[in-house]
Formats: sequence, C-alpha cells, structure tokens
Amino acid sequence: MINLVSINIVRFGILILLQVLVLNNIELFQFVNPYLYVLFILLLPVQIPHWLIMVTSFFMGLCIDILMNTIGMHIAASVLVAYIRPYILGVLIDRGKKDAEISLNFRQLGFERFLLYAVIMVFIHHTVLFYIEVFRMTEFFSTLGRVFLNSFFTLLLIVMSQFIFVKNTKD
Amino acid sequence: MRSLFLFIIKFHAFFLFISLEIIAGYCIFQYNYYHRSSFLNSTNSIASGLYSAKDSFKEYLKLGKVNDQLLQENAILRTLVKKSFYYNHVEGITIEDSTREQLYRYIAAKVINNSTNKRNNYLTLNRGSIHGIEKNMGVISSNGIVGIVKDVSEHFSTVLSLLHKDAKISSKLDKDNYPGETTWDGSLPTQAELSKIPNHIKLNKGDHEVTTGFSSIFPEGISIGTVDAFHLIQGESSYSITLNLSTNFRTLDYVYLIKNVFSKEQLELESISQDD
Repeated sequence: MINLVSINIVRFGILILLQVLVLNNIELFQFVNPYLYVLFILLLPVQIPHWLIMVTSFFMGLCIDILMNTIGMHIAASVLVAYIRPYILGVLIDRGKKDAEISLNFRQLGFERFLLYAVIMVFIHHTVLFYIEVFRMTEFFSTLGRVFLNSFFTLLLIVMSQFIFVKNTKD
Repeated sequence: MRSLFLFIIKFHAFFLFISLEIIAGYCIFQYNYYHRSSFLNSTNSIASGLYSAKDSFKEYLKLGKVNDQLLQENAILRTLVKKSFYYNHVEGITIEDSTREQLYRYIAAKVINNSTNKRNNYLTLNRGSIHGIEKNMGVISSNGIVGIVKDVSEHFSTVLSLLHKDAKISSKLDKDNYPGETTWDGSLPTQAELSKIPNHIKLNKGDHEVTTGFSSIFPEGISIGTVDAFHLIQGESSYSITLNLSTNFRTLDYVYLIKNVFSKEQLELESISQDD
C-alpha cells in the first residue's frame, strides 16, 4: 500500500515536470501541445475511493493551472474525467475482477480495453479543456480540430509510456 | 435531517464533483477574465524559479545565435556613436530643451517562458515590480509589438501576448493613418487579423501597419506587421485583412517594456470626461 502511494506521488511530480518543461515547448504542426498529465488520473489505482480520485485530480489540475497561467481550466477538465472514471471502468472491467487488485495498465487490462479506456478519458478531457480555453462558438470547428490533433498525440505518448514502463514490472 | 445526511452521504461523489467544478468555474472567471493578480499564477516564487532554471538551461543551447545577434547590434550601435560621425558643426551650442519632456521610458527584459501554440498565449519576463514594472505596460521587441503586462510580482511579470483571444491592439495604416483594430484568430503565430478598415481605401500588399498611440500603452508608430492578403466581406463596408506580424513570437528572447510617464494623468483625465 505504501509502495502504491509513493509510486503515485512520484508519478505526480514527474508528469508535472514533463508537462511543463518539455511538452509545453513542443512546436510541431502549429497547435500540438499534448497534455500527458492526464495519464496520472488514468493510472490511479482502482481500489482508492471515488472522492480521493477527484481530490487528487483537482490538485493535479491546480498545479498545471498555476504553472500555465490558466487557473481553473485544467481543474475543470481533470475533475470531470475523475468523476466519470469509475463509470467507464465499471463497464470495461468484469464484475468479478473488480475487487481483485488489478492495476490499470495494458498488460492486465488487455491492450484494446486499455486503449479504449484511454481514448474515452483523453478525448473528454481535451474536449472540455479546449472549449473552455476558447470559450466561443465561432471557432467551433478549428477547436474541434485541435481536440482531435492533441488527443492523438497525448494517446500516442500514453501508449509509448506503457510500452516503456510496463514491461519491466511483468510477472 | 437524518435522511438529508443519508442522501448526501449516498451521493457524496456527485456533490464533491459539483463543488469542485464550481471552484474551477469561479477561478476561471475570477482570474482569467478579470485579470486579478494573485499568487495563483506563474509569477509566484516556485513557478518562476522553475521557469528560470529551464531558461538558463535553454540559454546554453542558444549562445551562438545570441552572440550573432549581439554582434550585429554592436555594429549598428557603433555606427551611431559620436566617433563615427564627421563633425562639421563649427560652433556647437547645446540648448537645455524645456519644450520636450521624457514621455516614454524603456526597460529591457529577458523572456524566460513563452508559448505560441495555444489559443491564449502568455510570456513570463525576468523583470518585476522592483524594476519599476507595472500592470498594463506595453511590451515590444526590436522588430515590433509583443503584448501587454498582465501580472507583476517582485521579480517577474507575465505578459498577455498579442497571440491571445483578448488582445485587441488599436492600430493604423502607416501611409494614410486610417485606424483599425488588430486581433489574433488563433491560427498561425506569424499572422494576425486587421479589421475596421473601410473599403474605399486603396490597399497594397506589403502596406505597413503600426500602433496609433491613442491608448497610453504603446507609443505611436511601433510596427505591428505588413498586409499579406485582403478581401472584401460581402455586405459589409470594411475589409478582412491578414497581416504578417513583424515580431517572430517563436524566437522571442529579449524584449523592452514601455513605461508611459504620463499614462496616469491621461487615464484620469479620460475617465473624468467619460463620467460626464
């Protein structure tokens, strides 16, 4: 249990630093700015209560917001995906398996299921985030383009991170 | 009462969700739309320390380019010093000019954080209130306009870039002084939109667009960009114009902050007139 807590705290710190120092400086195809920090919310253990997921996601969003001068936007998007997370997982994980200690990676969840889970979460997060950021309906389609482009790159990074880190802990 | 508690406990996740979203919504309107200064932005010490560290690392990678720039600037300055002029004035008389008073002061600053790939972009500068930086000061680069100071801490300040949905710059055509308004449509960081230029004006590609000096923020004649393309909007009496921006926001490194010495006086006077 302590191990699980420390892993998540380390992941929290690393993802914030990675987001702010590396990913926010990407200058590729004009609009690309993947928000990989969502991975933290995706990978929180299944066992922890619903309210704790929302509270930790709130703090994740707050840290990103402070560093990016966008107070509130990342909080709103992060808390929303944290709220819907158990409902999505409820559909994706079998009832019997639910109580068992399953960790959310693509080896234990299966690649397709994990990808589906990540796609839904990332897409909802990015949609909310980009529409709050723009806050106008006149740029509806250009914003939608941004959502798709950035979701794609965030998912690409999530899948890559799974291939890099999950292999080692295979047992 | 008991059933109310049971109800709240049963749906605690939903209530928590709603209250967290309300906090987020409150923050969005409070800080992003009214530009209140607070510790909740990147001018606080932890965030600005982090960005300074990142910038000092990035500086090493850019040293060669910066050296070239400085060398060029030196060459220009050398041509301006007294020694490089032929002195043909026979009787030099210096006059203490009492008809002129300093209106604008410039403060140099380094960009320590910058973005161009979002819809709303901000810059962080390494100058703050102890260097005399105040809210709503104009920021320019050596090529043209950059943005307006948004928040200030002791040692750092954040700048609302021209590449922001709230940025509206009062501007005019250099050749015939027609006033317009420059905004950014969120597409390329090298281009901006110019509106409110009436359709009876003859436009050419490459026409210069500069600041008006109506607001107390920017002096008159700071370059914004050149006309790249223009077309008439059906049913409207003004052009839709695309500008090529003079400032390259991607490679922005050093900027100048402009302090208008009389801005307070001007704004006070204007607010009195508006109240009447």
